[in-house]
Amino acid sequence: MRAWKFGDDINTDIITPGRYTVTTDKKRLSEIAFIEYRPEFVKQVKEGDVIVAGNNFGCGSSREHSPVAIKAAGVGAVVAKSFARIFFRNAINIGLPLFVCEDTEKIDDGDAVEIDFKTGEIRDKTKGLVLKVKPLPPFMQKIVDRGGLVEFLRSDGYDNV
Amino acid sequence: MASTITEKILAHASHQNEVAAGDFAIADVNYVMAHDSTAPLAIEAFYSITDKVFNKDKVIIVFDHFFPAPTVAGATLHQKSRKFVADQQLSGFFTNGVCHQLLVEKFVSPGDVVVGADSHTCTEGALGAFTTGLGSTDIGGSMATGKCWFKVPESLKFNLTGQTRKGVYAKDVILSIIGDVGADGALYKACEFTGDYVDNATVSSRLTLCNMAIEMGGKNGIIEADQKTLDFLGGRTGKIFRSDKEASYKDEYEIEVGELEPQVALPASVDNVKPVSAVEGRKIDQAFLGTCTNGRLEDIEVATKILKGKKIARNVRLIVSPASEDIYFAALEEGYLEALVKAGATVCNASCGPCIGRHEGVLCEGETCVSSMNRNFTGRMGDPKADIILASPATVAASALTGKIADPRDYM
Ligand code: SF4
Repeated sequence: MRAWKFGDDINTDIITPGRYTVTTDKKRLSEIAFIEYRPEFVKQVKEGDVIVAGNNFGCGSSREHSPVAIKAAGVGAVVAKSFARIFFRNAINIGLPLFVCEDTEKIDDGDAVEIDFKTGEIRDKTKGLVLKVKPLPPFMQKIVDRGGLVEFLRSDGYDNV
Repeated sequence: MASTITEKILAHASHQNEVAAGDFAIADVNYVMAHDSTAPLAIEAFYSITDKVFNKDKVIIVFDHFFPAPTVAGATLHQKSRKFVADQQLSGFFTNGVCHQLLVEKFVSPGDVVVGADSHTCTEGALGAFTTGLGSTDIGGSMATGKCWFKVPESLKFNLTGQTRKGVYAKDVILSIIGDVGADGALYKACEFTGDYVDNATVSSRLTLCNMAIEMGGKNGIIEADQKTLDFLGGRTGKIFRSDKEASYKDEYEIEVGELEPQVALPASVDNVKPVSAVEGRKIDQAFLGTCTNGRLEDIEVATKILKGKKIARNVRLIVSPASEDIYFAALEEGYLEALVKAGATVCNASCGPCIGRHEGVLCEGETCVSSMNRNFTGRMGDPKADIILASPATVAASALTGKIADPRDYM
């Protein structure tokens, strides 16, 4: 899987510019991911590719269009030093896997990477590196395991936590 | 154990004696809000969970981001939300103001927990409530259950002391704070504002402070309710919580505001903050006064004082969008709107206006707008090669007058 490298403070207007978010259609949203910031992204991204970023990924508005667009474009996971709070919740709620990793600067754009969801490791095969990611708190993990908040509320619900 | 106001409200709402930072809490919510841009996705999430909202008087829908609809796509989204409002028989449906301002004017009380599908829901915390922005799926879940899960945030205390000089406002104070702590300086944290500056500030100015908590990554902005808050609320009382003296904070900032100059945030991040003198004289094409940050009566008043009886510079568009219908009427009655229009302004309906670049004043390549809003991200107001400079309403007005970024103190 290819690593798509991004810097710090990648905001939701970079991911899905407000002018393009007058839709809830997943396919249309997938076509606008990073449309102005990195127009080559949607053309070249492949199923399962990984976004690797610095601090505060997803800052800005609460628009869920951003994680939805990233997921619909085929991205398998986002790894960043830190995430903006709302983006983090939104991604978990829609079932886009996120990982916090302190050493993302060691990964370069275009590196071949692989994430082992079980062991919590990212392998950079280009560089021969293995990096650790932080596990999610159990409550959030449960939501992710169910496939998102909707499924969690349908199956478990808040009364059975 | 000593607790912060945020911890106390979350403990109360989740029926626990106390909660501490890092705990998970499932809290009852007093209000759930979504607007025209975020409601459609929330409605989809809602209907995949259930078919009836938890309380038809506590789910609020506001059309403010693109109202009246500027495009067919926008009108179609409105239609979808209107159907939801009708089917669920919601009592709270509005098209006459920015969602946060309407929540502040009509709903939120001290001690409430309020969630909104908009990042600036942190604004409402200025009334002593826990209010935070969430995404559409979360909001759909809360519409269905009347509850929401939270990780109790650590708190930061911003103790603001002193008095600002003439021409310096709450917007300048919060811009300067964001410039210091950075766009991720308060990531996930509760931002509590205290000190005699806050005590003396109007409710409107307190709302401006809390509004921008999200621009440093904060989960919520919060200010303890006092007599001024209660006077503002009229009949709403709520439950007043206060932080204990020994409550623990992740960091405490002591900020003396007396020496502060008017501030601006330069493109294209909100923490790119400089004193106005750093860009004085830079040519502008548009000036925008409005939004949940600075579209209130005192903001319009400040701008009017600078512009009354004068004409804005040729080739500058000044766009004014009062934050709510109540503010619109008050500004009309005071004569502010008339004075602004005579000075050359275009007054829009009470809404977000051009704040997200969809209508009512978008920018083209190479243009610069000075704005009283809260975000200067690339492409936010139109073309990605347009620049946005954030400033106080006074700086916006002075700049509109001269056609260049201006220090408002020279025009008061
Ligand atoms: S005024 Fe601007 S920042 Fe405030 S809610 Fe509307 S679009 Fe968002």
